[in-house]
Amino acid sequence: MNALAARRRHPAAIALLLLVGLLVTGAAYAALAPKQASAATATADQVEHGKKLFLANCASCHGIGAVGTDEGPALPGVGAASVDFQMGTGRMPMTAPGVQVGTKKVKFSQDEIAAVAAYIASLAPGPAIPDGEFTDGSKGDPAKGGELFRVNCAMCHNAVGSGGALTRGKYAPSLRHVDGKYIYEAMVTGPQSMPVFNDTNITPDSKRDIVAYLHAIDKSENPGGLTLGSLGPVPEGLFAWVFGLGIMVGFAVWLGSKSA
Amino acid sequence: MNEHGTPPQGEEVVETGMPAYGSTAVRLDRGHVVGTGGLPQRFENPGLPPHIPRMADLEEAAAKRAEKQVATFFGISALGTIVFLVAYFAIDIRTQVFIPGIGDANLSNIVLGVSMALALLGIGVGAIHWAKTLMPDTEVVEERHPLRSSEVARDDVVQTLNEGASGAQLNRRPLIKYSLGGALGLFALPFLVQLVGGLGPVNISELKHTLWKKGDRLVRDPELTPIKASDVTIGSVFHVLPETIKDSQHVLEDKGKAAVLLMRLDPVDIHVKKERDWGYEGIVAYSKICTHVGCPVGLYEQQTHHLLCPCHQSTFDVTEDCKVIFGPAKRPLPQLKITVDTDGYLVADAPFAEPVGPSFWERDRT
Repeated sequence: MNALAARRRHPAAIALLLLVGLLVTGAAYAALAPKQASAATATADQVEHGKKLFLANCASCHGIGAVGTDEGPALPGVGAASVDFQMGTGRMPMTAPGVQVGTKKVKFSQDEIAAVAAYIASLAPGPAIPDGEFTDGSKGDPAKGGELFRVNCAMCHNAVGSGGALTRGKYAPSLRHVDGKYIYEAMVTGPQSMPVFNDTNITPDSKRDIVAYLHAIDKSENPGGLTLGSLGPVPEGLFAWVFGLGIMVGFAVWLGSKSA
Repeated sequence: MNEHGTPPQGEEVVETGMPAYGSTAVRLDRGHVVGTGGLPQRFENPGLPPHIPRMADLEEAAAKRAEKQVATFFGISALGTIVFLVAYFAIDIRTQVFIPGIGDANLSNIVLGVSMALALLGIGVGAIHWAKTLMPDTEVVEERHPLRSSEVARDDVVQTLNEGASGAQLNRRPLIKYSLGGALGLFALPFLVQLVGGLGPVNISELKHTLWKKGDRLVRDPELTPIKASDVTIGSVFHVLPETIKDSQHVLEDKGKAAVLLMRLDPVDIHVKKERDWGYEGIVAYSKICTHVGCPVGLYEQQTHHLLCPCHQSTFDVTEDCKVIFGPAKRPLPQLKITVDTDGYLVADAPFAEPVGPSFWERDRT
């Protein structure tokens, strides 16, 4: 300490102090500054890369320039969130046409998905990929999220997010063990049959509460027994009628038969 | 036998005799067999089938085997009970384990349930197996005794009744007879009143009117915040209540009638002029109460514009003024006429023009 104090008048001291001060400020800013959505930080290179990926993998259905064809919708304005959701959950690219696109193994790396998202976002403004702040369920209120979920989501996705049937072969997918980011993006973009729940309808804070509720359900413990998909009274009734009555009929036949 | 009820000539009527049970029956494994025709004059009592002794009756070894099987079932039961008792104390009730076919589940509940099932089932199955293999299996006929009581007993009852009636002086004291009759008759009314009263509310206007009235703001459920028309983007769905719900004395009843679903479609997708006129720039509001039995219709498909009721799959087409296109509902969902107020918030322009929800007898009566 004495050695340091003795050299405080050294000609390099000021320069060193300035350097340290700048480094600390810079590091603190980097750590504390509000994070921008990734779409907003898209570089020209990323957009160019995304365009190439789009032409190679998506343009056959969505058309060159994403203007849409008979096979697929136009994409300007769907936003980076929609691309991130569709490609990040493996729904896109589609393998075969059908009433509904299901999830598959994800075909692209997160960098490639971000590039395509940047390209689509560069065509027309649309919902951006949400800030991590609002997709982290651990920061939300699961009780309020549960209330919002039961009013807005439960009629299709089931009260505990197990999913359910829609008309003519379509279905609301299960929301169990889904990344908060994709839950958020689905609400903002309204993929396939799902309506849009924009930020004025359900605020980003409330969306985070819904994510918190779903993640709380994922963590809830099974008190025992078969859940039968947590789908409610229909599969439970079917199980009871088929297996419960079946066993009873079996016993009745055994009771009535003569012993050999 | 022909249509005159007499046995046809020249064909022998086969009488079912007593001696061998089932010996004249047509075997079913011989393909098409032409029967001898005709019915017997009367069906004789076929008697009991011949007694077939069991293995355990004939061979001591089989009886020993059955004894061991029964004991095994009782042993399984005892084992189940012991496992239950040990598990009750030994397994921490918060332990979660992975069980194949079930997934993560509470170990304590699973072990207690399975062991108790084995304990009960072991006793039951063992007892039945015991009864079937070792207990006496001789067939026994118990003749039914005549239902009519003896003349003495019948006379006795009549005499007792008469003595009771004269002892109670019913015929001599008509005041008691008629007042008792009146009291008993009147006592039927409380049951009748409840039966009739349970058929529906006396005040029919409760069923015909909801909270909605002209100028009520549409508010979000459950936050109860008003909605600007500009907030509702195309493809959006809002679950809506009237703003007056917060002052309601009977929140659940009022919510059950006034719940509304707000959707925004591209106006060119709306094919009915009334629907466009009652909406606001493609924003339309429909009652969320199904016209079938009143379930909340909330499953809106953004691309097909179908509204599905989760209870009985009634499907309404939002582009056609919520016409029923599938399912048991008989009427379209009532539309709520909306507009915007001076601040740009969505408000009701009129109450519902017709009663919402399922049908009732007085629905069309004014």
